[in-house]
Amino acid sequence: MDLRFTDEERAFRQEVRDWIDANLPADTRERMAAGRTPTKQMQVYWQKKLNAKGWCVPHWPAEWGGQKDWSAIKRFILLEELQGTPAPIPLGFNCNMLGPVLIAFGTEEQKKFFLPKLANLDLWFCQGFSEPGAGSDLASLKTRAVHEGDHYIVNGQKTWTTLAQYADWIFLLVRTNPEATKQQEGISFLVVDMNTPGITVRPIITIDGAHEVNEVFFDDVKVPVANLVGTEHRGWDCAKFLLSNERTGQARVGASKDRIRRLKLIAQNAPGGERPMIEDARFRERLTEVEVQLKALEMTTMRVLADENRQLSERKPNPASSVLKIRGTEIQQSISDLYVMAAGPYGMVGADPDGDRWNEPELAPEWATLAQPTYFNWRKQTIYGGSTEIQKNIMAKAFLGL
Amino acid sequence: MDFDLSEDQRLLQDSLTKLLADKYKFEDRKRFLKSANGWSQEMWEAYADLGLLGLPFAEEDGGFGAGPVEVMLMAEAMGGAITLEPWLATVVMGGGFIRHGASAAQRAAMVPEIAAGKLKLAFGYTEPQSRHDLHDVATTAKKDGAGWVLEGRKGVVLHGDVADHIIVTARIGGARRDKSGIGVFLVPANAKGVTRRGYPTTDGLRGAEITLDRVSLPTEALLGDAGNGLALVDRVMDETIAALAGEAVGAMDALQKLTLEYLKTRKQFGRPIGSFQSLQHRAAEMMVSLEEARSMAMLAAMMAQESDAAERRRQMSAVKVQIGRSGKFIGQGAIQLHGGIAMTMEYLGGHYFKRLTTIDTMFGDADHHLTQLMAMGGLNQAA
Repeated sequence: MDLRFTDEERAFRQEVRDWIDANLPADTRERMAAGRTPTKQMQVYWQKKLNAKGWCVPHWPAEWGGQKDWSAIKRFILLEELQGTPAPIPLGFNCNMLGPVLIAFGTEEQKKFFLPKLANLDLWFCQGFSEPGAGSDLASLKTRAVHEGDHYIVNGQKTWTTLAQYADWIFLLVRTNPEATKQQEGISFLVVDMNTPGITVRPIITIDGAHEVNEVFFDDVKVPVANLVGTEHRGWDCAKFLLSNERTGQARVGASKDRIRRLKLIAQNAPGGERPMIEDARFRERLTEVEVQLKALEMTTMRVLADENRQLSERKPNPASSVLKIRGTEIQQSISDLYVMAAGPYGMVGADPDGDRWNEPELAPEWATLAQPTYFNWRKQTIYGGSTEIQKNIMAKAFLGL
Repeated sequence: MDFDLSEDQRLLQDSLTKLLADKYKFEDRKRFLKSANGWSQEMWEAYADLGLLGLPFAEEDGGFGAGPVEVMLMAEAMGGAITLEPWLATVVMGGGFIRHGASAAQRAAMVPEIAAGKLKLAFGYTEPQSRHDLHDVATTAKKDGAGWVLEGRKGVVLHGDVADHIIVTARIGGARRDKSGIGVFLVPANAKGVTRRGYPTTDGLRGAEITLDRVSLPTEALLGDAGNGLALVDRVMDETIAALAGEAVGAMDALQKLTLEYLKTRKQFGRPIGSFQSLQHRAAEMMVSLEEARSMAMLAAMMAQESDAAERRRQMSAVKVQIGRSGKFIGQGAIQLHGGIAMTMEYLGGHYFKRLTTIDTMFGDADHHLTQLMAMGGLNQAA
């Protein structure tokens, strides 16, 4: 047992850091440092840059642009450095969700057509899983696809579709066999061009005022049968595979470390009564508690990574992986709460998410106006990707034997 | 980075786990508790036979040259059986002072004796007024010709009732709460002026109040530098916290297993209580807390030999915070999930809870270490 990074791993971290410094555009850096999400153009530019370097999809097989000799730890270092700068990370829908599904279940044509475009973000994919009546109980989804000749005719509605307004394509779970004895057995996995007639995207504005998620309506949408991924009616296999992939990214250790470092700097200057906020005893105590939790999460991430490094045949389900989603999201929420505390009354000043008021004098520092919207927005983290409660159900069954 | 155990480490772990599974059942433990010392001489000898008592000492001194990972594994196994013997006090804590503070001649004389189970040690640092502050030392050490004279009182000395030597902190110079001016002394328990009063602690281990009344010691009784004893104490405390973290994880893991077993077998409303979602979720939360503690015990093993003392202290305080928090969460949760049965002396569960409670209290509880960590600026640099 040796729990330290090797010299080689340390050198790689420095290499990544230097490369990001030399290549990340200043406007992207500035926007993300303030705690805002990158624009579409920033995401696309940066992902192409990463892809050209070979750092976009290192976890894919080498023939599709992956890095053959990279350990899980090396991938983690890259991710942590990107999150810690912060810089945009490769689009999860493309690189961690659809890509691996196509590699495992797709046809040769599908792989050839899609995989390079996914990695290079030539096509932006969004995810059509949740529906108004199918949230945690995903398998109860109702969007219908009827197989007619060379096409499926899709009718129904998806919701919480993140960044559908940017998307060129969508991957979808649809019901192809409503008669199947088990709900899970009548579902298929399709990829659909968002320009197909009959698709309507309607924005959902979340409580932070942002347009991040959407409703997507399907009204007699004709999808070529060639766009089926895997076997008809066996789409649940693809969905399960997708949801089980790469839990280590969800912990977002690098991102949380960066948020804490910035918060400490902010709190050294933010007013906290007679002294700066950093000297407020309650604030410091809460901050330090979160730092301890984050350290435990970081070490747990390392344990899961070491496990991912093993040959597949030697791997056992690791209970530590369940910790990552549950604690990783709680920690991010706690940090966002501490920003609200640090901002105080000026945290109530509404942010200007679309930049319409750029020519007016600032009412409050940008970090302060973003504190409450971020806190509002991050409530989503313990809901999406399998809510905390669903995670506990899974743990009870998979690891506790209850 | 590599989390796998070596073959030797696995063998060591297996042999102790097997020994304890065989000879340290709950009924055995009850019997040991009732014996005169409150622990088992037979088990102590068995540990010596397995090499556990010489584990962390250098080979040239008569030990086995093992590192913090081996110590963690041993402690974890002992935590699983909530053992009562003075292993932590003698080998980890007392042994730490011998390894880092004693002269070559002292090591040559003492290490083989410790490894053979013939010499027991204890460390006295708490005083009635000091709470968890290691630098709060009212006991004095005055130069007397070539030697020293010690005067004062040490309290809640773990296994101080049976130790052959008691290692104590005493003030050579400065005021009561100064961080400099502290010396560490090796005091034979039978020295003139040493009186001790032993008692059981709440978890079934043993403590002692030790009075030092003009105790004369030779010059070599001083371990390490005169006046800079606190650095030595910090170093040994950090190694001790690392071992204690392993022990805590062993106890938490065993208690969690016991609780899950109970959830599967205890029936109410016509079905196992583990089928109820509110209980499942609490058990899942306990598991999250256990895995966090396990991760931090590994961090402790990794940091135990870190040469940057400030960084080591920071990380070790974070470890102690986590161990305390997890121990409390799992201990309280286990009792609640069991219900009344775990409130009884006759049931094993409550004994883990008590040990986890004293583990939190020992060497500074979670809140003490959180305050320490805050004062050191936390774990991340502002940027």
